[in-house]
Amino acid sequence: MAALDPHAAVVAGASGAAPDVTAAPLTTADGRPLARALARSQARARRRAFLLVLPLLAFVIITFVIPIGQMLHRSMYNDGFAAHMPQVSAWFHENPPGTQPDETAFAALAADLKTAADDRTIGIVGTRINYDVPGTRSLFTSTGRKAKSGFQPPYQAALVEADPKWGDPQLWRAMRNASTAYTSNFYLAALDRTRDDQGKVVMAPERQQVYVMLFKRTLLLSLLITFTTFLLGFPIAHLLATLPARKSNLLMILVLLPFWTSLLVRTTAWMVLLQQQGVINDILVWLGIIDSNGRLQMIYNQMGTIIAMTHILLPFMILPLYSVMRTINPSYVRAARSLGATSWTAFRRVYFPLTLPGLGAGALLVFILAVGYYITPALVGGSTGQLISNMIAMHMTETLNWSMAAALAAILLGAVLVLYWIYDRLVGIDNLKLG
Amino acid sequence: MRNRLIGTALALAAAPTLIAAPSMAEGPLNVTTYGGAFARTVEEAYVKPFTEATGIEATVLDASDPPAKLKAEVEAGNITSDIYEVEQSDVIRLCDEGLIEPIDPAALAKGADGSAAADDYLPSALNECGTAIMVWSTVIAYDKDAFPNGAPQTVADFFDTAKFPGKRGIIKRPKYALEFALLADGVSAADVYDVLSTPEGVDRAFKKLDAIKGDVVWWEAGAQAPQLLADKEVSMTLAYNGRIFDAIVGEGKNFGFVWDGVNLDMDYWVIPKGAPGKDTAMKFIAFASDPARQAVMSSLIAYGPSRKSAQASVGKYKDGTTDMAPYLPSTPANAEKGMVNDASFWADHGTELTERFNAWLAS
Repeated sequence: MAALDPHAAVVAGASGAAPDVTAAPLTTADGRPLARALARSQARARRRAFLLVLPLLAFVIITFVIPIGQMLHRSMYNDGFAAHMPQVSAWFHENPPGTQPDETAFAALAADLKTAADDRTIGIVGTRINYDVPGTRSLFTSTGRKAKSGFQPPYQAALVEADPKWGDPQLWRAMRNASTAYTSNFYLAALDRTRDDQGKVVMAPERQQVYVMLFKRTLLLSLLITFTTFLLGFPIAHLLATLPARKSNLLMILVLLPFWTSLLVRTTAWMVLLQQQGVINDILVWLGIIDSNGRLQMIYNQMGTIIAMTHILLPFMILPLYSVMRTINPSYVRAARSLGATSWTAFRRVYFPLTLPGLGAGALLVFILAVGYYITPALVGGSTGQLISNMIAMHMTETLNWSMAAALAAILLGAVLVLYWIYDRLVGIDNLKLG
Repeated sequence: MRNRLIGTALALAAAPTLIAAPSMAEGPLNVTTYGGAFARTVEEAYVKPFTEATGIEATVLDASDPPAKLKAEVEAGNITSDIYEVEQSDVIRLCDEGLIEPIDPAALAKGADGSAAADDYLPSALNECGTAIMVWSTVIAYDKDAFPNGAPQTVADFFDTAKFPGKRGIIKRPKYALEFALLADGVSAADVYDVLSTPEGVDRAFKKLDAIKGDVVWWEAGAQAPQLLADKEVSMTLAYNGRIFDAIVGEGKNFGFVWDGVNLDMDYWVIPKGAPGKDTAMKFIAFASDPARQAVMSSLIAYGPSRKSAQASVGKYKDGTTDMAPYLPSTPANAEKGMVNDASFWADHGTELTERFNAWLAS
C-alpha cells in the first residue's frame, strides 16, 4: 500500500541515501503514514474552504448562470408552433421539404387549429409564425375563431376559402421551419439574414437590414468611447496620484461626485447643456462665434451618445488607473531622467508601461459597460446614436419577441468574449490590476 | 413547564388568526400599473374607495413594463399581482397567448343612463380579456409663442416646415409616426390601416416622413415631449396629451393642441392566467367600471373615461377652475377629428415595421 503512495516513495528513496535510517515510511505520532495524514487534513481544509464559498457559488448559479443559460436556450428554442400544432408538425416530419401540402396536411392543420383555438393557444402559434411571416398572427387567430365551429372536408378548399393566405407557399415554409422547436432562424434574423424559397440562407431585404449595422456601430462607438475616456482620464488619474494628499482628495471627490449621481440626472444634464437652445449653444451665440440660426446640433445624434457616455463612464477608467499609478515609485522616472532620457522618453519607456495593468482594467471595464448601455443612447442618441442594446430592449419590452432578444444578446455576448480572448492574447488577463 | 408555556402562548397567538381567517379569505389585492401620475390617480379614484366599500386591502404597485412582468410571472407560475394595467396591443397579444383570463362583460356596472355595459363602452374598449380603464392619446402639441401669426390647425401643418418653421418632435417608433404621416398625406382616418397593410402604403408613409427627416428630434420617454417644447428645441411635437395638459395647467406653459389626427389609445385592466385572487380582482374591475368612478378619475388626470355615459359627468380639474372636457381625448369634439389606434394591426406588423423604421432612421 505504502509503495503506491508517491510521497512515500520519495521519502523511501531519500532515506536510501542515508543507510542508518530505517526504510519504513515516515509516520505521525499515532503511527499513520505522514503523507496520508497530511493529504487528509488538507482535504478537510479544502472542504471547509469550499463550504465557505458555497453560498456565493449558489448565489451566482441561481441569479446568473441559470437565467443567462435559459435566455441563451430561448434564442434557439421556441416550441410555440411545434408544441401546439402536433398533427401538422408530424406531417412535416414525415414528408421531406418541398412536398406540396396535400389534403392530409390540410386536414391535420384544420384539426390542430381547432384544438389550439379551443385551448386558447392559437395566439402563441400565430405569434411564432408572425416572426417569420409578418401579418400572419391575425390569420391564425381569425381562422381559429372559424375553426371552433369546425371545418368540413375537403379541408384544403375550406381553409383557402376561409383565407387565401393558407395556400401561400411562404407560409407553409415558415410552418415547416417552426415545426421543430430548435431553430437557427432567430440567429439568422439577428444577422439580417433569412431563408429564401429553397430554404437557402440569403440576405434580408435591404430596407429591413439593421442589426449588423448596429452591431458594428455598437462595437465602434464602444471602442471610441473607451479611447476618449483614456485620453481624458489618464492625465486626471496622474494628477490624482501625484498631487499632495489635500489637493488630490478634493480632486478625488470631484471625480466621485458624478459617479454617485443618478445616471438619468447626468444624462438629462447633458441635454440641458448640449441642445440647440442649450447652455453651450447660447454661450457660443453670445460670444458671436456662431450665428443664432447656425446653432450646433450636438445632441440627439451620435455625438450626443459619445459625449454623454464618455462622461458617465469616465470614473471607471480613472479609478483603476489611479490605483495603479499610486504604486509607481517616482524614483523610476527620476532614474531614467538622470540617465539622460528626455521627459517624453521617460514617460514612454518607463512610466506608461508601468500603468498598463490599470489601463487594461479600465479599458476592459469601460468597453464592456459601453457595449451594454441603452438608457443613455435611447435618450440622447436620436436616430444615429442608437446601439444594439436598444434593439434588445425593444424586443424584450415592446414586441415581446424574447427569442430574438436572446439571439441578439447571445451574439453580443459572443462578440465580447471573442474580444476578451484577443485582449487576453495581446495584453494578458493576468496583467489586469484594479488596485 | 416552560415548553408548555410557549405552547400555550403560540396557541393563543394563533387563535385570532384562526378566528379571523374566514373574513380574510379575500385580498389583499395588488394592482400593478405603469406608475407615475396615473398610479396615484388609480389609487385615489379606484383603490382607496374600493377598500372603503369592501374592506379588502388593495395596494398599487409600479412596474416599468407591466406586460413583460405579467408574462414572466405567469410563465414562472409565481403571480404577485392579481390585476395589471396594460396597453391595448398587449391585451390582444396576452389574450391570444392565453396569458390572461377572459372577463365577462355582464359583471360590469351598468351605464349612468341604465344602458348595458356592452353598449356604453366605447368601440374596442371591451376586449375578450380586458376592460378599458381610460382613453389616452398621442396628439400634436405646439408652442404658441413660436407661431404668433396663426397657429397650426391640421396634421398637414405638422409636416409643413415652410409655413410653420421649427423642428418637430416625434416618438422614436413607427407606431403613431406612420399613421400621422399617412393622415398628412391625405389618407382618410378610416383607411389608414388598410393603406399601411400594403407595401406601397408603407413606402408612402416613409416618403412623407422623409420630407421632414432632417428637422425631427426623436424622443423616447413621454416626459421629453413637453420638455423639448419648453426648451424651444422643437416648435411642434407629437406628445401624450396628459403630459401636455400637465405643462399647460400645472406649469402654466403656453402650449396648444392640434386635435386633428389625434390617435386614441386605451389602457386596460387584465387578470393574469391562474391569478390566486381572480374573484377579488373581478370584483375590483366591476367596481372600477362604475361611470361615476371613471368621471372622478378624469377630474384628476387628463385621460378620458372609456364609457360614453361617464363623459357628461366629468367636471372640473382638481384646481377647481379648469374644465376638463376640452383637454380629454374622449370628448366627442376631439375624438371625431382622429382615429382609434388599431392594436391588432400593430400586433401583426409591429416587428416588421419597427425593423424597417430603424433601418430608415439609420440610413
